[in-house]
Amino acid sequence: MMAGMATVILRAPLSELCGGRTHALPGDTVGAVLAALEAAHPAVSGWILDERSRLREHVNVFVNGGRGDERTRVSDGDRVHVLPAITGG
Amino acid sequence: MTELLVGTRKGLFVLEGEPGGPFEVEARAFAGQSVEYATRDPRSGRYLASVTSWFYGPKVWVADDPAGEWEQGAGLALPEGSEGKLERIWVIAPGEQEGLVYAGGDPGVLFESRDGGLTWKLNAGLWEHETRSRWQPGNGGLCLHTIVPWPGDPNRLLVAISAVGVWLSDDGGKTWRHSNTGIVPDYVPEEARDNPIQHCVHHVRRSGSRPERLFMQFHGGVYRSDDAGATWIDVGEGLPSDFGFPIAVDPADPDSAFVIPLVGAEDRTTPGGTVEVWETRDGGASWSARGDGLPRESAYLTVLREAFDAAGSGSTLELYFGATSGDVFGSGDAGQSWVTTATHLPPVYSVRVA
Repeated sequence: MMAGMATVILRAPLSELCGGRTHALPGDTVGAVLAALEAAHPAVSGWILDERSRLREHVNVFVNGGRGDERTRVSDGDRVHVLPAITGG
Repeated sequence: MTELLVGTRKGLFVLEGEPGGPFEVEARAFAGQSVEYATRDPRSGRYLASVTSWFYGPKVWVADDPAGEWEQGAGLALPEGSEGKLERIWVIAPGEQEGLVYAGGDPGVLFESRDGGLTWKLNAGLWEHETRSRWQPGNGGLCLHTIVPWPGDPNRLLVAISAVGVWLSDDGGKTWRHSNTGIVPDYVPEEARDNPIQHCVHHVRRSGSRPERLFMQFHGGVYRSDDAGATWIDVGEGLPSDFGFPIAVDPADPDSAFVIPLVGAEDRTTPGGTVEVWETRDGGASWSARGDGLPRESAYLTVLREAFDAAGSGSTLELYFGATSGDVFGSGDAGQSWVTTATHLPPVYSVRVA
């Protein structure tokens, strides 16, 4: 079965590395969708996922408004926001 | 003569001097240890300091003389069997009853002392709050960093936790309710903003002359409340950046607030290398830069949330702030002019007028 297409929404500087804020990408988990983002835009490799393909500690992902991580399932049409965490406390 | 208590990464420094002039280091305590915060209880005259040893953890100490012996406060710990541990005490604040003192810390905890800081008890209402499992920390931890009593009324209390938000109590801390209405957390997507407890409040100050009036420096936004924190209004327009950590007020002027804007997001330094305090005298409707005497170029400072304090009022309001560069700046004329109060200190965590 073909994986659905999720919409990944980025903010700067990630949007600048990927040439835009929104990207339609295949994958059935957040990790797979972000791997597809890296494949399409190699400049962002290592920025969101680390060497273990896990979300970096201070990067937050929301799937349709709910917090997620690299294991979160995504379906066709889901919106995946990638944002820096509110670092600094 | 004014006395400043400056908490730094390498100890507590007690500075003394005349407003508008340079200060001298009169005493140093807790050498080599992080002093997150120090204050003087105006009722007893005693000094209280929050100290975190790299080796031995967080403690609160009490002294009659900062250059003399300090006595360790007892009871500052999470309940037995807790998953976590007490990471740090961020702030200490005298309460509105004889001997009552509060301490706030990480992980989102409030302690109360009834004997001026020698023995402490965890506030159960906040510790056992039904929403606690959903509280998320900021990068500084799950820190309860702001404690704002209501003048003359021990039942009314405001605290703030990053990145949870404002909490209010009307019964002396027995029960708590969150109160973040009007605050926009633009660091989460719009579709996720209905969560009422994800607010990275950086600091809150209450007007001394109109207690229902509060000002807040938020993680991207400056807000005012006219209803004791029930709702918040964005008043950040006109500032070079609405990001910053501390906020100060003139206690005699409920329309006054002072902020130190920093570039937001990852930078957190003074914009363009220029150090400025920005002042409002009309409740946030307009803001003006107050930088005469402050570094004007190549000065990329970070001023943390507890590192800005005020004393006095009106045209002789004293303002002091410290930076992680180890510099402390002061004004004796309500921000019209500034001097370098002290320099070459360790990174400054907190500044309080004793």
